Amino acid sequence: MYFKMKKIIIAVLFLAVSFSSCKESDKKSDAAATKKEISDLSIYNLPSKWTTQDGKDIELKNLRGNVLVMVMIYTSCKAACPRLVADMRNIEKKLDASTKRNVKLILVSIDPETDTPERLKTFAIDNQMNHAPWIFLRSSEENTREFAAVLAVNYKKITPIDFSHSNIISVFNSEGELTYQQEGLGVNNDKAIEVINQQARKI
Amino acid sequence: MVSIKEGSFIPLYGATSQKPLLVKSFDMDIYPITNAEFLDFIKKNPSYSKSKIKGIFADKSYLTYWASDFDFGKVNPKSPVTSVSWFAAKKYCECQGKRLPTMDEWEYVAMADEKKIDARTKKEFNAYILSWYEKSRMYEKEIGQTFKNYWGVYDMHGLVWEWTADFNSIFLSGESRKDKGNDKNLFCGGASVNASDLMDYAAFMRYAFRGSLKAQYSTRNLGFRCASDVKVQNVNF
Repeated sequence: MYFKMKKIIIAVLFLAVSFSSCKESDKKSDAAATKKEISDLSIYNLPSKWTTQDGKDIELKNLRGNVLVMVMIYTSCKAACPRLVADMRNIEKKLDASTKRNVKLILVSIDPETDTPERLKTFAIDNQMNHAPWIFLRSSEENTREFAAVLAVNYKKITPIDFSHSNIISVFNSEGELTYQQEGLGVNNDKAIEVINQQARKI
Repeated sequence: MVSIKEGSFIPLYGATSQKPLLVKSFDMDIYPITNAEFLDFIKKNPSYSKSKIKGIFADKSYLTYWASDFDFGKVNPKSPVTSVSWFAAKKYCECQGKRLPTMDEWEYVAMADEKKIDARTKKEFNAYILSWYEKSRMYEKEIGQTFKNYWGVYDMHGLVWEWTADFNSIFLSGESRKDKGNDKNLFCGGASVNASDLMDYAAFMRYAFRGSLKAQYSTRNLGFRCASDVKVQNVNF
């Protein structure tokens, strides 16, 4: 009961915040304008909040300064996802050792209802991915739909436990701009690796 | 807004089984959003004006027909706003405390004619929809001039195409084996054209159009309207 109350209060607060954000004020850019502004095409313009497999809440812009390699999956998936995960692993293996620290490999859940942080954690451990450079993310259904829209990933729930989804791996440069997309399963990843390593060297 | 009562239907496309799909009660805007209404929104949210909107949220054709940031030019203020991206449409609805309708909700409302909740098998109904697909520049017309459907909603057909919340859940490109359904029948073309073929064709056009969209796209014949969950009253926290 206590938890329910808390959830409701949080929901109400969240609503209040999101409504107020609809009237734009003339506030100058964020407090510390030390960094240069986020570019027009950056995913860091998205205000959505995400939770990692460790239960940590982040915004995408917290990842700024890294090359991001992102894929959308769901953990109960038996068909394409294991192969997509394998494709991500193959990319990891070919990362330049010297610049690997600048790269984050991110798996975003399209099934936030099932994929709780705990479940993502279990999946990460089972797949020996519970460490850098791997990050698992989940958010609300709406934020997930929006993020997929940015990535041009289509997905649809087809049964309570199954989804159809596009098989796309997206590479973002350190400013969050989409730099390359690899489409399909088990395709040649030379170009993706080249782009990732090249972007990671620039950091 | 008007309220749309819960009901089941079998969508013409995008369904994975032939089982009826349940649409829960919701509220829907009676008309598509107009240029005048969208201008109000932009005045409050200048970051969505044509010169300020960020590239990630809209492509270059965003509001191309508008004269400037706060002037929609010579068009009828009560004509539907078009050339808006999915992001802008979504933001507009959020700022009204609403949301975009889901594709299933939209299709559920769109299958009604003046009298019936589901008029999809009526030949005249399909002929009407298809004749609109052939007309050009209908987006210049004022809202509310097409028929009022069973629910009290106007302009679902005959004015502009509309964004839905989950437009990006369509698979017509062969990515998913399960979703392909009967598409091949459409492409191969049966010899006879009966009411159900026309009905399939009209719906196929909509689903195929949605499937071709990206969230940043904006085109002159694509507008939107908002929906919302039924407001629950007397909630005791």
